Formats: sequence, C-alpha cells, structure tokens
Amino acid sequence: MHPILFNFRRLVIYLLAWTPLAVLAADQLHTGGLGWIQAAILVGPLCLLYAFVCLSSWYVCRFTPLRLRGVESVLTTHFAAGVVASTLWIVIARVVATVLSNLTPWAGSRELLTRATGDLFGLGVLCYLLTVAMHYVLLAQEASRQAEEREHQAQILAREAELRALKAQVNPHFLYNSLHSISALTSLDPAKAREMCILLGDFLRRTLGLGEKRTIPLAEEIAMVDGYLRVEKVRFGSRLEMEEQLDPEASQAAVPPLLLQPVVENAVVHGISNLPEGGWIRLVTRKREHDVEVVVENKFDPETPAARRNGVGLANVRRRLEACFQQRARIEAGSDGDRFRVSIVLPLDERATPEKSSGNRAGGA
Amino acid sequence: MAGKSYRAVIVDDEELARSILRELLRAHEEVEVVAECANGFEAVKAVAETKPDLLFLDVQMPKLDGFEVLELTGPGPAVIFVTAYDQYALRAFEAHAVDYLLKPFGADRLKVALERATERLGGKLPPPAELAAAARPPAHYLERIVVKDGSRVHIIPVGKLDYAEAQDDYVALAVEGKKLLKQQTISSLEKALDPERFLRIHRSYILNLDRLGKIEPYSKDTHVVVLTSGLQLPVSRAGYTRLRQLLES
Repeated sequence: MHPILFNFRRLVIYLLAWTPLAVLAADQLHTGGLGWIQAAILVGPLCLLYAFVCLSSWYVCRFTPLRLRGVESVLTTHFAAGVVASTLWIVIARVVATVLSNLTPWAGSRELLTRATGDLFGLGVLCYLLTVAMHYVLLAQEASRQAEEREHQAQILAREAELRALKAQVNPHFLYNSLHSISALTSLDPAKAREMCILLGDFLRRTLGLGEKRTIPLAEEIAMVDGYLRVEKVRFGSRLEMEEQLDPEASQAAVPPLLLQPVVENAVVHGISNLPEGGWIRLVTRKREHDVEVVVENKFDPETPAARRNGVGLANVRRRLEACFQQRARIEAGSDGDRFRVSIVLPLDERATPEKSSGNRAGGA
Repeated sequence: MAGKSYRAVIVDDEELARSILRELLRAHEEVEVVAECANGFEAVKAVAETKPDLLFLDVQMPKLDGFEVLELTGPGPAVIFVTAYDQYALRAFEAHAVDYLLKPFGADRLKVALERATERLGGKLPPPAELAAAARPPAHYLERIVVKDGSRVHIIPVGKLDYAEAQDDYVALAVEGKKLLKQQTISSLEKALDPERFLRIHRSYILNLDRLGKIEPYSKDTHVVVLTSGLQLPVSRAGYTRLRQLLES
C-alpha cells in the first residue's frame, strides 16, 4: 500500500509541497512574455502530473532497500529512473506547449519551453530524487513501527507463557499432598519430615525465581525437575522409581523455564499414581549433531480411562516451544504398551544465558 | 459416644496418608480400624468382608477411584472422603451431606467429621451411583462401568457394552456375550452415558449405537432393532422416534 497515495492528509501535504516548483516555472514563463493565467494553465496540470509520476518511485524504493544494496547501486538506479521520468515529463510538456501555441493567448509558449528545457529537466530530476529520499524516510518509519509491533507481540507471548507456567507450577494438589505427607512424617519420622520441608522449599525457591527468564540451561531445568521428583518420591515411597541418563554435552541447551515440569508431573499424576505397584520414570538427555533430545518416559496403566491420562500440559508445552523457537523445536508424545513417551527436540544454536548473568533481567521490576 | 464402638476401614493409596489417619484415630478409642487398603479392589473386598461402620475413602486412586469403590460397596457405612482438592467432588459432598476431609487436616477437623458421620449412621444414605453421578464433571460421560460379580470386580469400558436391560432394581449389562448385573436404575445409567453413543430405545433397553445393524418393522406399528450380532431388541414408539431423529441428523 502506497503510504501517500492512499492517505488523504499526506497526499494533500505532498501536493502542496509541489506548489513552489509550479510557481517558479510559471514565473519563468511569465518573464518570457506569457500572461500569469496562461502560464498557470500550462504549468499547473503538468506539475500535478509530474507529482504523481514521482510518487511511483515508491515502488522502486521498496524493492531497492538501502541496507541490502550498496549506496552506488541505489543512487545509480534512482538517478536513471529520475532521468527517464524527467525526460518523459519534458516530452509531454513540449507536446502540450506545441499544441497550445496554436491558440493566440499561448502564442510563443513552444519557444519559451524549448528555451527552458535544460532548467526544467534538471529540476525534474531533482524533484524526483527528493521524492525518493522522502519515500526512504517513510519506509524506515514503517519498518521501525513493525519492529516495535513484533517486539510487543513477542513480549505478550512470553508473558502468557510465563503465566501458564506459573499456574502449572503451583499445582495445589502437589502442595496439599506434600504438606499432608510432612504432617504424617512429623511423628513417624521427624528427620524425614525435616528433609521433605527442605526439598519442598528448594523446589519452590527454584521455580519462583524463574518467571522473568526467557530461557535457562537444560541442566537447571533438570535440577528443578529432580527437586520435584524427590518430593514426590517421599510421598510415593517405593512406588516411584527414577532413572536418569544425562548427557553433559546437552546441559547448556536453552530451554524455556518449567518446560519439562508439566511433562514430568503428568508422568507422576497420570502414570505412577494410577499404578498400585508403582512404576518408573526415565529422564534421558542426548546431544545429537545439530540438536538436543530430551526424553521423558514413564510406565502407565493402559486401562486407565483416557480422561484421567491426558494432561492439558502437553498442548501448553508445545505452544511454549513454538513461541520460543518457532519451527526449530519439536515435541512428540505417544504410548507403546504400558509406557508413555514424550520426546522434545531443542535447537542447539541458541545458548541459554547462565544463571548469574543479569543481562536478560533488564526491565524487570 | 461412650460405650459404642465403630469399625473403620481406611482406603488410601499413599502409605503416609494412611498412617496419619491411623495415628489421629488412636485418640478416638471408640473407633477401631479393622482394615487398611491401598487400592480400590482391596477396598471393595475389605468392605464386603468386614462390614465397617465408617469408611475413610481417598478419591484419587489407581484402578478404581473412590466413587467407583462406593458404587460397588453399596449403601452401609458412613463415608468420609479424604482428598487433596477436587471442586466437583466437593460440590457432590456438600449436596449429599457426606463429610469430607481436605488434605492436610488435623485432629480437630477429624473429630468434627467423626461426629457428623456417626450421627448419620443408621440414617438414610444417598445411593452411591447417584453420588458418583453428581461428582462427575458436567459433560463428562462415563468411560467405564464397574460391576461386582461375587468377589470379582469387572471394569467394562463403555465401548464394550452392547446394550443394557432393566431388571427391577438392577440393570443387566450385555458385554461380550455375557450378562452382568449391577444395582442401578436404567435411568441413572442412561444419564451417565454419552447420548451420542447410547440411546434409550425402550423403557427397558439402552442400545450402544455402534451395535445397531438395522431397524425392522415388527407388527403394524412397532419395530425391532437387529444388532450386528443378529440379536433383536424391542423398540418403543418414543424410542423409534429418537432413533430416527438421530439417524437422520
């Protein structure tokens, strides 16, 4: 969409900017002996026409971005276009003047125009180039506005993800059940009760500090999930078995905070807690050639109704991955017999900011 | 409560949760814990064998959840639900005045629950199936039906049910060539089933629409449906109208 042609206010201002040129040209014709009115009638429409011709340079500007091409190439392109436009304009002007010369009031206008051809041509090229400059200013404005909008959109998405993560992390069932376990342990095994308080405190502290970060290293996320599982291990006792195979080379991959948390929580709530004899949860990370794969696998009871098995968590995880990495990350989930498997592939080109850096906290309240 | 004693069964899949209840109950001499169960199957068995006065029942459990246990044990004990938090379930408890304990709870709250439950003992208790239906979230239809057959418990995914037939206070569930009896009215079963998959074709019959083979005229005004297995079931006039509406839409 042309920024001037389709904006009435801008179009009026732009056309008004052309009046000095028209007055200048008319003055020259007047000095040459033409009446003011005759000069205006000859010059007015011609200037108006050229004003619109110059507007067409916007399309050239748009496909000749300043940043992508060298200055010389850009200048050459527009100068050539200006010469063509100006030449065309002069030809039309001379044809009009020639026709008008046959009428008495405009007698001699053809000769006048022939004499002024050099000046008019130069002026035409100059005006064309001025219009080009103006278009570039408008394009830059538009680009910065779009960038701002994109930034804004990204921020909104990040906030939403954060909110969802917070909601997922402070699962009331988890807290209530943990507190109930602690309550039971206070008389049964006070040392264990204290240990569980500390585990729960560690887990909460880790999660609550994460909201403002866009990504964290995979190792940190795993440590958090570990903390969660250790709390649940106290609750489930021997019913919960954990197995981890962690690749040290994968530990620095970037991951949105609390991404794995709902996946592991699903494994506990929809897997282990439905198995009377208990089951296992396996956590595997693996660095591959261009990416990192994280697998969360657990045993589950295939006879449990689907409604009790499918967490809303996975759709959330998928959305967060998309908001963070677009197409560069993947998540797949499926079951095979009595095992449920979630595989997440994270890109390796993005490294998470280490915990101690405060660079990505700028702007945080 | 002096002089009276109550027999109690504790059902919770978590060892720690059972132990705190046991510990807190020690302060109440009139309550004797006669069984502890870690899952729904054990609970059904224990209730049948010990015939307790009080049943402490966890809601979220493996295999059979608290409501399913209740459906299978039938009326008898005063039930105190023990749960972390479940808004739908809470609504049902309130509506049916069964007491509940929210984890974590302490001695004071347990005392209140015991008083309420023992007051209600001997009084009229809500039918278990009705309670379970009220606890089900709206628009969540039954995915499986639990039936007790002697000491065995059958868990039937609703897809395996061919049809259900009313028999006095029971429904007979036709599943894989067998018929299982369950103490429930056919109307309450109808309400619990997904209306897009099951249709009440007759005062006494609910049909799984996947089993519908064809509809044939029987006499001048009446029809029968022929199941894919070849079996014929009667269709009432209202049932025929409903069936046609469903097939035409």
